[in-house]
Amino acid sequence: MDALYELLNFGFQFLDSFAFIVLATVGLAIIFGMMGIINLAHGEFILVGAYATTLSFHAGLPLPLAMVAGVVVTTIFGIILERTIIHRLYGRLLDSMVVTFGISLVMIQLTRIVFGNSLPQIGTPFGGISYGPYSYSTYRSVFLASVAVVALVALYVVFTRTTFGVCARATIQDEETARSMGVDTDRMYLSTFAIGSALAGLTGALYAPATTMSPELGTYFLVEAFVAVVVGGPSVLLGTPLAGVLLGTVDAFFANLWGQFMGTVFLLLTAIIAIRLMPDGITGLLRDLREKWGQSE
Amino acid sequence: MSRRSISRRDILAAGTAGTLLGVSGCLSDGGVLGDSDDDDDGAPTIGILEDRSGEFALNGESKWQASLLAVEEINADGGVLGEEIEVYDPDPQSDNQRYQELTREAINDEGVDALWAGYSSATREAIRPIINDEEQLYFYTTQYEGGVCDSTTFAMGATARQQLGAVIPYMIEEYGPRIYTIAADYNFGQISGDWIHILAEEHGAEVVDEEYIPLGETDFGSTINNIQSEDPDFIASMLVGDSHANFYEQRADTGLDIPMGSSTTMAQGYEHLRLDPPALEDMYVGVNYMEELETDESQTFVDAFYEEYPDADYLNQEAQNNYFSVHMWAEAVEAAGTFDQEEVIAELESGVEIDAPEGTIELDPATHHMTHHMRIGHADENHEVTFDEEQYIEPTFLHEVGCDLTEEPEQTQYEPEEFYDEI
Repeated sequence: MDALYELLNFGFQFLDSFAFIVLATVGLAIIFGMMGIINLAHGEFILVGAYATTLSFHAGLPLPLAMVAGVVVTTIFGIILERTIIHRLYGRLLDSMVVTFGISLVMIQLTRIVFGNSLPQIGTPFGGISYGPYSYSTYRSVFLASVAVVALVALYVVFTRTTFGVCARATIQDEETARSMGVDTDRMYLSTFAIGSALAGLTGALYAPATTMSPELGTYFLVEAFVAVVVGGPSVLLGTPLAGVLLGTVDAFFANLWGQFMGTVFLLLTAIIAIRLMPDGITGLLRDLREKWGQSE
Repeated sequence: MSRRSISRRDILAAGTAGTLLGVSGCLSDGGVLGDSDDDDDGAPTIGILEDRSGEFALNGESKWQASLLAVEEINADGGVLGEEIEVYDPDPQSDNQRYQELTREAINDEGVDALWAGYSSATREAIRPIINDEEQLYFYTTQYEGGVCDSTTFAMGATARQQLGAVIPYMIEEYGPRIYTIAADYNFGQISGDWIHILAEEHGAEVVDEEYIPLGETDFGSTINNIQSEDPDFIASMLVGDSHANFYEQRADTGLDIPMGSSTTMAQGYEHLRLDPPALEDMYVGVNYMEELETDESQTFVDAFYEEYPDADYLNQEAQNNYFSVHMWAEAVEAAGTFDQEEVIAELESGVEIDAPEGTIELDPATHHMTHHMRIGHADENHEVTFDEEQYIEPTFLHEVGCDLTEEPEQTQYEPEEFYDEI
């Protein structure tokens, strides 16, 4: 019986970590993996989503609608930012870092000035799942992990099964040829950036009832997001869930064994080893293996 | 376009560097080249370094506000020795390195007559060597783990011995002897954890397990599972900062209804107002002050504070400590008849009494700590705060270890593990 409980502890902890890593990463992965913009303000996109959700909730909207509002506000915010600043930075990887870092600092301070050091918080819905002497938050494990999977599937469908997806990928692979084929590349960049922003907004909205509301909250997501993007590798849609599974397993295993601190330590160690062994991340390794097998056939 | 050719490894390095930069913070106000309002005019100046951004902004903001309020009251009342007090108060942004720079600047460039600085114990220990080098009169106002015996430092907050010494025995009596400790993983949390061991031993209780959690951690799932597996009678919580507040939210969410005793919640980061009830149900905290305290002295202070800062979120324990200690310093200067720091320290060491919002309290000359009115604040399921029993507790630990600053100058922080076998 005890072994079963331990296994359930590990399972829920895994879902919790997996959801956190995937949701923290997915918006960043789209914008970086597809557009070559290193968005150091990614955490603040999440902040916008979380604050918009919390504020709409306190203004009287029911939680699901408040979350929609959070996503919409972040998307609009992303579009405005793309039109005014980001679109000047395509192809300028390092410049994009400096600029988005600046945006991040400005936004943290702006949030502090406008809304103060904290917002009253929304309680987490659904309560806990109990088993034996243990219990785990339903929302943080089962619900968020499900949403993370749905988001990944939806992205996969959009980018592989729709005309928009084909045009977007064509734009990103070879902008000039795509344009000569009649693709409005400007709009494709804008749309892709908007999708990335919407996903960051979604993360903020989903964590609004589950995390402390302060102007710094975006920074708590940033490290995991960067680590997962790099471990995941060049193929965003496959790399993000794979990194989530790998890092989530390590985090859950060691956190259960030796506490949360060691979970984080081993997560970062795993990332270092993974990058040492697979310089192009998990999907880079898969690509190399596929090529090798392709040649030997 | 060459952007595809940059390797993943570069990006990791870049991302990490960016994050580090973000953490260390490179904004500057009143910084290196900033408004060097030189001390040439000779006006008396005090330094107030409190966090208005970063991890501890939530705690630092009202400390800063209450200090300014005290200065304003003093100046409106004719100043000190007939002079208006000036304030040097850049924002150290919860960044210890920045604290060190600003402390040097406050002492060397601004020539402050007294310094109030820092929320966390890590900050205090980062700047104390500079303060000691310059023999600067320094007030540290946070409730803390205790043990600092330092000739120029005056610790205004209640120590672990005072806070935990009030709340832990109460919890043992009310709920039982099995304690699970969770604390922030730095000097404050570790030493507070040691105090729990000592208090447990003294009252026939035991610490069944303990976990130290780094600042910035937001996920407490495994911590909660570990607590459930031990099933203690109560949790001793010394969690600190914004992100640790997630624990209480997750505790309520998973239905973990074990009561908690604490030295860090409510009175500092007003979790009972920020979090959605019942996250803090059955939280007991040992405090010398909370704005909910219903005494006349407290009410006068609360009214004055919110009149000055109508948009303030909360008036915390440390804000009260800043407030009374600024007044106490001004009174000591008046009594000494000079701003000279050595003479002011001698005046303070003669044993002074001050009417603080928490009640009338006295400074212990030998240890530079305050005897405090300690209360136990209790939050119910609606986060309504009530106060149980009040005790007047002296700072005894430093007496036990033989610290007597009036006899022998020192600059030590004593740790309980050197003096107790229970740890």
